[in-house]
Amino acid sequence: MTTTETTETAVTRAEYCVIACAEIFSGAGEILASPMAPTPLLGARLARLTTEPDLLITDGEALIFADTPAIGRSGPIEGWLPFRKVFDVVASGRRHVVMGANQIDRFGNQNLSAFGPLQHPTRQMFGARGAPGNTINHPTSYWVARHSARVFVDTVDIVCGVGYDKADPSNPAFDDLDIHRVVTNLGVFDFGGPDHTMRALSLHPGVTADEVAENTSFEIAGLTDAPETRRPTDEELGLIRDVLDPKGVRNREVR
Amino acid sequence: MTTDKTSTLDDVVAELRDGMTIGIGGWGSRRKPMALVRAIARSDVKDLTVVTYGGPDLGLLCAAGKVRRAYYGFVSLDSAPFYDPWFAKARTTGAIEVREMDEGMVKCGLEAAAARLPFLPIRAGLGSDVLRFWEGELKTVESPYADPDGRTQTLIAMPALRLDAAFVHLDLADSYGNAAYTGIDPYFDDLYCAAADRRYLETDQLVSTEVLVKSVPQQRLLLNRMNVDRVVHTLNGAHFTFAGDYGRDESFQQFYVESAKEPETWEAFSERFLRVDEATYQREVAAWQAERAETKEDGK
Repeated sequence: MTTTETTETAVTRAEYCVIACAEIFSGAGEILASPMAPTPLLGARLARLTTEPDLLITDGEALIFADTPAIGRSGPIEGWLPFRKVFDVVASGRRHVVMGANQIDRFGNQNLSAFGPLQHPTRQMFGARGAPGNTINHPTSYWVARHSARVFVDTVDIVCGVGYDKADPSNPAFDDLDIHRVVTNLGVFDFGGPDHTMRALSLHPGVTADEVAENTSFEIAGLTDAPETRRPTDEELGLIRDVLDPKGVRNREVR
Repeated sequence: MTTDKTSTLDDVVAELRDGMTIGIGGWGSRRKPMALVRAIARSDVKDLTVVTYGGPDLGLLCAAGKVRRAYYGFVSLDSAPFYDPWFAKARTTGAIEVREMDEGMVKCGLEAAAARLPFLPIRAGLGSDVLRFWEGELKTVESPYADPDGRTQTLIAMPALRLDAAFVHLDLADSYGNAAYTGIDPYFDDLYCAAADRRYLETDQLVSTEVLVKSVPQQRLLLNRMNVDRVVHTLNGAHFTFAGDYGRDESFQQFYVESAKEPETWEAFSERFLRVDEATYQREVAAWQAERAETKEDGK
């Protein structure tokens, strides 16, 4: 594997996904970035090493990193954030989480709990976790490594992450609902379509609108007009390949 | 003279009652009071309601058929395959009723109970299916104060999670119930104790008060005497989850998951590791680890 000839080798799909995940945090400022999978973790750290130096990142356990180490590595710390303090951060709104999803619908409702009836599911996953609190309190994005019609469904079985059609405009408690982005192995999306429905912002090079449509149960706004995801800069490629992910963890999540 | 609370697992089991609501400390597969959980699983108690940030504690109690109801923010083994097999089985067979909630709601409900309040308002839960999980038991509350724009906030009124008993594992304790964690995170063990009528603490190291307070910075002294009724000395008690001085036993946790797949393998697991007292469990775990190391050596 070459790690030095960054501009010579072709940009991989996984690398487009990493920069798309980095852009999730554009303009985020001094908040806690909480990525829940390798690709968004690389994205958050890439953002911190380029345009978003004030992001706070943790080791995924209870320590706040001072530096920006490679994935799986440790480094100097700057603070302590045990789980109970994470809930304080959630309630403060000063956080942007990137969660995974077993299901997402066109309004951004998300499920990671279970499939089937609530009290008698057909398949059990994690339960609601922090998804209800995350989505109602602060910016939330989703990362889907395999974009398929089984993930992007008409109706999620259990609403864990709150979607836009659940918001009550007369209740200010919903004012901070902000489903910022969905990044998948096929492209970048948001909920800027009509009535806060899912919209295509860009498709990764080599991905067609037909491929996305075939792998999504509902219609995605702006799909045929979506441009290509931008190419990473040489600096970004160098940081991804040589600094943040020299072992190629990203290629195990996205092929 | 301060009360000595040193007890045995049998002393604890003798106080269990059918139908009680119990809270279990730790988080996922982290510093769970597993020796106490194993003792509960072996006991005759039934129809428990369990409040937890769930891991293999809830799994083992489901395997033993002890759980009627569960209140949790999640259930996770924290490492692959992540989903607990016995909790999954209890759910997909409809054997337990659940009050699933957001993780932050568990903390909120314990805080309400600790402060003897009927509820605390929280944003988390609004708009989600948490309300459907609670089947009418979870209500909202409207603020008596309007926001600056004249609208008023309606929030989840998280009910107090009052516990009949709390079970926690801390790394270091004295005989009176003063106790400290040595790892990176206190989790919510003090809240579980504060929310409960009876508080059961297991600890890896039972030391004098003087040694306890000299061993750790004051901020680590999570529990004081007011929060604890019984102290049980359980070496390696959090196994196979991790605690201060030892990591998670990943290979044993995977063996637990594998064993859950077939009735025969589960019977073998139960016979060797569950239908035995704690001392035998610890001996058998050490033997299992030695066997495994030998098999690995042979494979080279």
